[in-house]
Amino acid sequence: MEHYTMNLNLQVWRQKNKQDKGHFDTYQVSNISSEMSFLEMIDVLNERLIREGSDPIAFDHDCREGICGMCSMYINGKPHGPWEGTTTCQLHMRAFRDGDTIVVEPWRAKAFPVIKDLMVDRSAFDRIIQSGGYISVNTGNAVDGNSIPVEKEKADASFAAAMCIGCGACVAACKNSSAMLFVSAKVSHLALLPQGSPERKTRVLDMMAQMDKEGFGSCTNTGACEAVCPKEISITNIARLNAEYISAGLTEDK
Amino acid sequence: MLNSKIPPGVLDQKWSDYKGHVKLVNPSNKRKLEIIIVGTGLAGASAAASLGELGYKVKAFCFQDSPRRAHSIAAQGGINAAKNYQNDGDSVFRLFYDTIKGGDYRARESNVHRLAEVSTNIIDQCVAQGVPFAREYGGLLSNRSFGGTQVQRTFYAAGQTGQQLLIGAYQALERQVALGNVKMYSRHEMLDVVVIDGKARGIIARNLVSGELERHFGHAVLLCTGGYGNVFYLSTNAMGSNVTAAWKAHKKGAYFGNPCFTQIHPTCIPVSGDHQSKLTLMSESLRNDGRIWVPKKQHDTRKANEIPEEERDYYLERRYPAFGNLVPRDVASRAAKERCDAGYGVGSSRQAVYLDYASAIDRYGRIECGKHGLENPSAQEVRQHGVEVVKEKYGNLFDMYEKITGENPYELPMRIYPAVHYTMGGLWVDYELMTTVPGLYALGEANFSDHGANRLGASALMQGLADGYFVIPYTIGNYLADEIRTASIETSHPAFEAAEKEVADRIHTLKNINGTQTVESFHKRLGKIMWDKCGMARNEEGLKTAIEEIRQLKAEFWRDVKVPGGIMEMNPELDKANRVADFIELGELMCLDALTRKESCGGHFREEMQTEEGEAKRDDENFCFVSAWELKGEGNWELHKEPLVFEVAHPSQRSYK
Repeated sequence: MEHYTMNLNLQVWRQKNKQDKGHFDTYQVSNISSEMSFLEMIDVLNERLIREGSDPIAFDHDCREGICGMCSMYINGKPHGPWEGTTTCQLHMRAFRDGDTIVVEPWRAKAFPVIKDLMVDRSAFDRIIQSGGYISVNTGNAVDGNSIPVEKEKADASFAAAMCIGCGACVAACKNSSAMLFVSAKVSHLALLPQGSPERKTRVLDMMAQMDKEGFGSCTNTGACEAVCPKEISITNIARLNAEYISAGLTEDK
Repeated sequence: MLNSKIPPGVLDQKWSDYKGHVKLVNPSNKRKLEIIIVGTGLAGASAAASLGELGYKVKAFCFQDSPRRAHSIAAQGGINAAKNYQNDGDSVFRLFYDTIKGGDYRARESNVHRLAEVSTNIIDQCVAQGVPFAREYGGLLSNRSFGGTQVQRTFYAAGQTGQQLLIGAYQALERQVALGNVKMYSRHEMLDVVVIDGKARGIIARNLVSGELERHFGHAVLLCTGGYGNVFYLSTNAMGSNVTAAWKAHKKGAYFGNPCFTQIHPTCIPVSGDHQSKLTLMSESLRNDGRIWVPKKQHDTRKANEIPEEERDYYLERRYPAFGNLVPRDVASRAAKERCDAGYGVGSSRQAVYLDYASAIDRYGRIECGKHGLENPSAQEVRQHGVEVVKEKYGNLFDMYEKITGENPYELPMRIYPAVHYTMGGLWVDYELMTTVPGLYALGEANFSDHGANRLGASALMQGLADGYFVIPYTIGNYLADEIRTASIETSHPAFEAAEKEVADRIHTLKNINGTQTVESFHKRLGKIMWDKCGMARNEEGLKTAIEEIRQLKAEFWRDVKVPGGIMEMNPELDKANRVADFIELGELMCLDALTRKESCGGHFREEMQTEEGEAKRDDENFCFVSAWELKGEGNWELHKEPLVFEVAHPSQRSYK
């Protein structure tokens, strides 16, 4: 792999707090290695800003392995940047060339208010899970793990949905700021397993109601969510969610 | 005097007997008792959910924006349980024995046996919660092998087992939040423990969004705050993982157990340059099928695929024929370091070895060709089928490697090198998981208890969930049963006021130093001292120098650190400054512990103490104890020893040959 260094022109969203209106600031960064991750490039800039006596750019990040779901930058008009199936922390500078201009913004959605700069408040997702994204089984109640066989294909499909990292890229990409991909991933994860069956109906109805309450928009099936999902959660989960929702809505008995 | 409160009786009856006689709290009293839980990883989330279900009033805290993001989420390979579903001779005793031996006989037998006992309940609980473990075509759970064992007892969900287990615990936690049993405080960091009349009675937490300090009362406080691997700056830990909560507890009287016991994981992606902010693990499960090698010739500059088979040194298979590539982590890491130091390393830095999948691709390819009825398949057909199998088993790990290095691991062998991954040391706890401060508990990686001097793969998830789901719900009752007459203490109590003032003063001091060097630069320098002198190999001279260097670094930090931004606002640099200040103090204690322990055991390798073959040489006569350090004043500690008694698993020279 060929290594190279580059100079870049960064336009970064700066917003002091939730009330502040916010604006773009421009920064020139030089001598960036193609082997760095995108966040390491921001680290380099932040170290410089601190030494110069300015406020570093605040952004969410933690595991830097693409699994915690904390990082959330909207890079050149795309959540998590140009690489497919990749979180911002796993995006590497090889994706860019010398002289590029890179625009970095926070997630933009009514349900995700900006806290500072590139950080947003995604607690709405936690409240959606609270409304029913679980199986009601207390510790100690469980039967032997092998007492209920689960068809491998269904277990695999359930796992594929459960891989969602709750980052919110789907919401950021959607023109309606819909959270349908997130909700459908959880509904599918649990509906595909026999253990999730007893609460199947109430779960989907309650989670959908909470999603609306949080101010997320409606789904118009444009597929923008699927295209940017770092875990490549399939839009077929939304079809399954709709089917679950309709069948739960049609039968009153729970 | 340390009282480990190990119940009497024979080893495999201790936990049942304990449970049968432990004090209980009746449901109406549980409602009046408040419990604070700091950290929401596997240990914290499972404890919060389970205690909430029991009816206690729980307050849970995490510094991340959601409890689901705790670093347990990054665990890849799996979770051990003595289910013996594979009929390959596993049992509770074997899991116990493997863990004790893997830990190089520096863990407490009673705790480890309990862990092995409850391991089976964990799998059942997780399946019931909807954790989508890997399954066979018959619909039953699948297992794989991990290092340091000869049975298949590891349950997994592709390379994302930690994520799936944490989401299970997180969902159980959110259910309790919805029911009103748990109140969740995200983006909050604990900055002190409040001790009243010798008992832990609450915490001071900082709201990281507003910068405000908050006082919270609890009848008991549980620290589930993970490990301190980030003292090395570069580690596989998340950026935010820190020792602050445990360190504050230490300053309030909790002893620190075996601080120098650090796990260096053998299979991580090597450092690529000075800009590096963290390291990425490649799951130990890759050692199931991958073969590790270096060139037989020193300073060989040829590309991997130009080196013929007979000129490759599969050094783990050569040195340890019985376990081969599946030796425990400490052994594999040291062997890699030995080869690199001797001049056989590969890659541009020469600080790496190869993890090669070529023969696995070939082997699986031939099996698949056989299944498809292909006689005399071409090399290309074999390869194509083999790659498909490897992709299904390890695809996400291979993709991750390619994203980070820009190299295709299906074509070229991966380059790997050891990196700091886990800390076996932690707050000293007794059998009930209580620290030396009454009412203050430590669970999961934050305590020292179960892994001795080296943790086996897939055992961290097991311990975190064991502590949270199946141990603390019983043991905490034994303490709280005597607290039912204690009314909630007002947070206007002088102890709360004093603790808050201390925290506020420290924040102001940090902010007002207004020096010239960034927090990050101090952290990097600390990391380098620790890695060079208290890393994979340690010696007396190096450790003594390290202590001096750390003391100087500490003085320089408090004189010249520069923290930008304000106090009453979101200020990640201020959060980091608080954490790095604690890491510096911890670093000194780790070196002191490593210096005192003049033996090699598990991950702690003293160069002066090795066999002729370069293996770790334990000294059971003089060091068969847990080091529990009590802080007496700045840079001044007193060592307390908890003798380790082995009634069942008698210490022997650990051999994987």
